[in-house]
Amino acid sequence: MREEIIVSGRNNPLIDPLLHVWHWEIPVYLFLGGLAAGLMFFAALYTIRNRENDYKVAVKIAPMFAPIALILGLGALFLDLHHKFYFWRLYTTIRLASPMSWGAWTLMIVTPISFIWSALHIKSIFPNWDWKFEVIKELLEFFNRNKKVLAWIMLISSSILGIYTGILLSAFNARPLWNTSIMGPLFLASGLSAGTAMVIWISKNHDERKRFAQLDLMIIGIELFLIIHMFMGFLASTQVQIDAANLFLGGEYTAPFWIFVVIIGMIVPAILEGLELKGYKIPTVIPAVLVLFGSVMLRIIISYAGQASRWLY
Amino acid sequence: MRYAMAIDTKKCVGCSDCVVACQTENNVPIGYCRDWVVEVMDGTYPQLEIELRSERCNHCENSPCVRCCPTGASHYADGGIVLVTKNECIGCSACIASCPYDARYVHPDGYVDKCTFCLHRVKKGMQPACVAVCPTKCMYFGDLDDPRSDVSKILKKRKHKTLIPEAGTKPQLYFLI
Repeated sequence: MREEIIVSGRNNPLIDPLLHVWHWEIPVYLFLGGLAAGLMFFAALYTIRNRENDYKVAVKIAPMFAPIALILGLGALFLDLHHKFYFWRLYTTIRLASPMSWGAWTLMIVTPISFIWSALHIKSIFPNWDWKFEVIKELLEFFNRNKKVLAWIMLISSSILGIYTGILLSAFNARPLWNTSIMGPLFLASGLSAGTAMVIWISKNHDERKRFAQLDLMIIGIELFLIIHMFMGFLASTQVQIDAANLFLGGEYTAPFWIFVVIIGMIVPAILEGLELKGYKIPTVIPAVLVLFGSVMLRIIISYAGQASRWLY
Repeated sequence: MRYAMAIDTKKCVGCSDCVVACQTENNVPIGYCRDWVVEVMDGTYPQLEIELRSERCNHCENSPCVRCCPTGASHYADGGIVLVTKNECIGCSACIASCPYDARYVHPDGYVDKCTFCLHRVKKGMQPACVAVCPTKCMYFGDLDDPRSDVSKILKKRKHKTLIPEAGTKPQLYFLI
C-alpha cells in the first residue's frame, strides 16, 4: 500500500497540530450578531408594512434585546482580540476586500440604530419613562417622524449584519469547510430563525405567535435545504472539501452536528411549532429555546470544525 | 522587483539550521518558529522516497492574509514581501485562519508574527538568515525580475514546484525537485 507520512517540525501554539485560534468568543459573537440581525430585521419589515400594531412585540419590544445582544457580542469580539488596545485601528481604514472590516463598519451603523430603535419604543415597556433632556426628546422626535426611512436603513443593515457573520467564515479559502458561499445565507437564515424564536417566546398575542411560528417553520425549512445543499456541494467538490464534509458525515463532529443543530435545534422545534399551529397546547418557550440553542450550536460547531479542516500538502 | 526563494529538496538534509538561524536572527519567542522542516515519506516499502522541505511563509502574490486583514496591518512591502505592522495589528487572527500554509502565529505580545524574508538583512544586501546559514547551500534567494539572480538562474535550470498552487495564492517559495 502506498503511504505518505508527513512529519512537520513546526509546533506553534494555537496553530499546531490543528488550528485553534478562535475559541468560544467568535461563535458567541456570531450568534448574538445573528440574533440582533433577526430581531431588527422583523421589526423593520413590519414597520415598513404598517403592521406595528398587529405585531407589537416584534416591532416594539423584542428589538430591545438587539442592543444588549450587540454590546455583549462586541464584548466577546474584544475578548477575542490578542492585541486588544489597538482595536481602534479597525476604524482608521476601510478595507473592501476584508469581511472583518465590513463587519466592523456594519456594527458601527447597526449598533447606534438598535439603540435609537429601542429608545423610540421604550415607552411601550415603561410608560412613565422620561428622557429629561430636551435635546434627546427632539432628536427622538426627529427619528419618529422619519421612522420609515430608519426602518429601511435598519432592514438593509441588519440583513448585511446577518449575512456577513457567515461571509466572514466563507471568505477563508484556507479552511475548506468554511469556504462555501452557502455559509452566508445559512447564517442569515439561522439569525432570522433566532429572531422569530425570541418573538414567539416573549409575545402573549396569539396572532403574533402564530405568524412568527409560521415564519420560523419556513425559515427552518430553508435552513435544512441549505444544509443539504451545502453537503451536496462539498461532496461534489475537491478532496479537501470532501474531507471537510466527512467531518460531519462520520467524522468527529457528526454526532454533535446532527443531534444538537439539526434534530434538537431545527426538526424538534419545527414539529412542536407545527403541532401548535394545528391547535395543540405546547408551551411556546420550548420550541423558542430549542431554536436559540440550535442557533448557538450551529455557530460553535461550524467554527470549531472549520478550524479542523485544512489543505493537506 | 519580486523576491522569491528556491529550496533544493535534493540537497536539504533536514538539519534545521535554518530554523535555529531564524529564531536567533529574529528573536523569535521560545516555542515558536517562523520556518520549519517538513519530512515527507512517500511510497511502498521498500521503495520509499523522502522529501525534505524547509518551509516558511510563501510571500504569496495573491495573499489571502493581506486580503482578510481588517486594518491593513498585513501588507506587501518591497519586492512583494508580506509583512505585518505590529502597531496596526489588532490580533484578530483572521490572517491566521486565512493562510493555507499556517505560516503565521500570534506573538506572545499579542500581534501576529511571521517570516519577513529577513527584509532588514536583504535591504543591506545580505541573504536571509536561513539562506546564509544553510550548510548544504540548498537555498537560493533573490529577485525573480532579475534574470541574473541566484533564484532566477536555478529556477531556469531545475524542475520545481510550489505548495498547494490550487489554493490560488501564487506562492513565491519554490521547491526544486
